[in-house]
Amino acid sequence: MSSEQATAKVAETLAARQDEIVRGWADLPLFTTVYGGQHDESMAEAGRLLDALVELAGSGRTDDFRAPGFAAVREVLTRITSERLRSGGDLQQVLDEIGQLRQPVTAIFDGHPGAVTVPAELVAVTELIGSLRVVAVVVLLGESDEVVARQRMELMEISTPVIRLWEGIVAVPLIGTLDSVRSQVVMESLLSGIVDEQAAVAILDITGVPMVDTLVAQHLMKTAMAVQLMGAECVISGIRPQIAQTIVHLGIDLREITTRATLSDALKYGLARTGVALGAGG
Amino acid sequence: MDRIPILRLGPVLIVSVQGDLADAVAVALRHDVGEAVSSGGITGVVLDVSGVAIVDSYLGRVLTEIAADCSLLGASTVVAGLKPAVAITLVEMGLRLDGARTARSLEAAMAMLGTSVAPVPFATPFASAEGGP
Amino acid sequence: MSIGTARAALPVRSDVDLMAVREAARGAAAEAGFSLVNQTKLVTAVSELARNAVVHGGGGEVLVEPVQGTLRGVRLVVSDHGPGIADIEQALTDGHTTGQGLGLGLGGARRLVDEFGIESVPGAGTTVTITMWAAPSRSGSRAPGLPPIRPRMSFRP
Repeated sequence: MSSEQATAKVAETLAARQDEIVRGWADLPLFTTVYGGQHDESMAEAGRLLDALVELAGSGRTDDFRAPGFAAVREVLTRITSERLRSGGDLQQVLDEIGQLRQPVTAIFDGHPGAVTVPAELVAVTELIGSLRVVAVVVLLGESDEVVARQRMELMEISTPVIRLWEGIVAVPLIGTLDSVRSQVVMESLLSGIVDEQAAVAILDITGVPMVDTLVAQHLMKTAMAVQLMGAECVISGIRPQIAQTIVHLGIDLREITTRATLSDALKYGLARTGVALGAGG
Repeated sequence: MDRIPILRLGPVLIVSVQGDLADAVAVALRHDVGEAVSSGGITGVVLDVSGVAIVDSYLGRVLTEIAADCSLLGASTVVAGLKPAVAITLVEMGLRLDGARTARSLEAAMAMLGTSVAPVPFATPFASAEGGP
Repeated sequence: MSIGTARAALPVRSDVDLMAVREAARGAAAEAGFSLVNQTKLVTAVSELARNAVVHGGGGEVLVEPVQGTLRGVRLVVSDHGPGIADIEQALTDGHTTGQGLGLGLGGARRLVDEFGIESVPGAGTTVTITMWAAPSRSGSRAPGLPPIRPRMSFRP
C-alpha cells in the first residue's frame, strides 16, 4: 500500500471510529488541563481536533505545512497551546501530551477486525500525530515571539516616562541600554510630550545609561535633532566622567547639543532658557 | 492651480501650509514668498506646517530654499508646528531644515519674531499673492 | 506568506500623480494598523521613490499591496522603464544626486522601511520594492541590550 493510500485509509477509519477516539482523547491531559472538569467541552474540542485531522489526512498533504488542511488543525492547537502557555505550561509537556493522542488511535488499528498490524497505516498515524507536534511547536514559538515583542514594548514604554519638570520643561530619564528600537520609543514619547506640554526644553537624562558608543551617540543626536525640528531645545544631562571620556575618545561630536553634567544643572539651564528667574542660592 | 495664501501681519508673513502639496504648489509658494518679502518691510516669515502630514526631501528642500531666499532678503524664517511623526521621519532620512529656525507653534514662532498674534483685528491678506484669501 | 488583495498599479507620470500614490500608501498603512510614525515613514519613502520614477525614469507605476506574514504589512513596488541605474551602491549613497532633491532619495527611503530591494537594468528600467511591517518592534533592529524577558515556556529540544 502506498503512503497516500495508507493516509486515505487512516482518514476513513478515523472518521468511522470518531466517537471512540474522541472519548479516548477527551480524558487525556491535553484537553483535561485546559477544560478542567468540563467534560463536554473537552469532548467538543477533541472532536474538533479529530475533524481537523480527518480533513488533513483526507487532503493527503500531511507533510506540507501550508496545505489548506492544516488551517483547522492550527486553529484548534493554537487555542489549546496558547491557553497552556498562559497558564504556565511548558513546550515539552504539551508535546508529550500531544504524543499521547497516538495511543487511542493506534489501539483501533491494532484491533481492526481481520487485520493484524497494518504497518503502512500505523506509519501514517504516527506521521499525522507528528505533524500535530510540529504545528504545536510553530504555534508556541509564534506565541512566545509575540509575547516577547509585546512585553518588550510595554517594558520600554514603562521605562521611558516623559516627566514634566516645570512649565515648558520635560525630561526623560533613560535607564538601560539605548538601542535603535528603544531610541524610537524614546523619540516618540519625548516628541509627543513636547506637544502635550508645549515644552520649550526637553531633557534627556542618561545617568542610567551604562555605556555610550558611536551607535548610542547617534541615537542621542537623532533624538536631539528631532526635538529641535519640533521647535524645542534638547539638553542631554547625566553624562558621567567615564562616558564623557568615551565620547571624547571615540571622537563623537556632540557640540551641537547642549550637555550638562546633572539633571539639576539641565533643569537650571532650562529654567533660564524659559525665562524663569531663580531665587538666591538657586 | 492652487496657491497657498500668504498673510501679512505687520512685519511678519504667515503662511499656513495645509495638506498634501503637489510639487508645483510648493514651487509657487517659494516664488510667492520671495515676491512678498522683496516688496520690503518684512523681517520674519512663519511657515506653519502643523497641517502637513508628510515632508519628503523635495518639500524639505523647498522649505530650506525659502529660508535661504528670505535670509538673503533680510527676513528670518521660522518653520512652526512640525508634527512629531514628520520630525522623526526627517531625522531618520537624514534631512535637516538648515537655515530655518523652528518653533512648536504659530504662537511660539510669533513670539520668537517679537510679534504677538492675538490683538490684531484685521489680518491683511498680502496683496500680490494671486488667489489669496 | 500570503498576499492579500493586490490593488491596481497606480501610474506615476507627473508630480500630481505622486499625491495619489501617497494617499494609497497612507490608506494601506492605516488599514494594516501602522502607527502614525510608521505610516508617515512609509508614505515619505514611497514619495521619494515615485518621484525618482517620474524625474529619472520618465514615469512608471506603483503597486500597493497588503501583505500578511507573521505580521501584517504593506509592500510597495515602484517601477519605471527609464535609463536604469548603473551604479546602485553610489545611488544609495547620501549626497549622491543628479540634480533633484537633496540626494537623499534612495538612501533616505531605504532607512525608513523594514525591507528594501532594488533591481535595475541599464537601458531597461528600475524596480524598487519596499516592505514595512506593523510590528511593535521594527524587524532587523532587535534589541540586543534589553534584559531577556522569558515567557513562561521552556524549550527542551
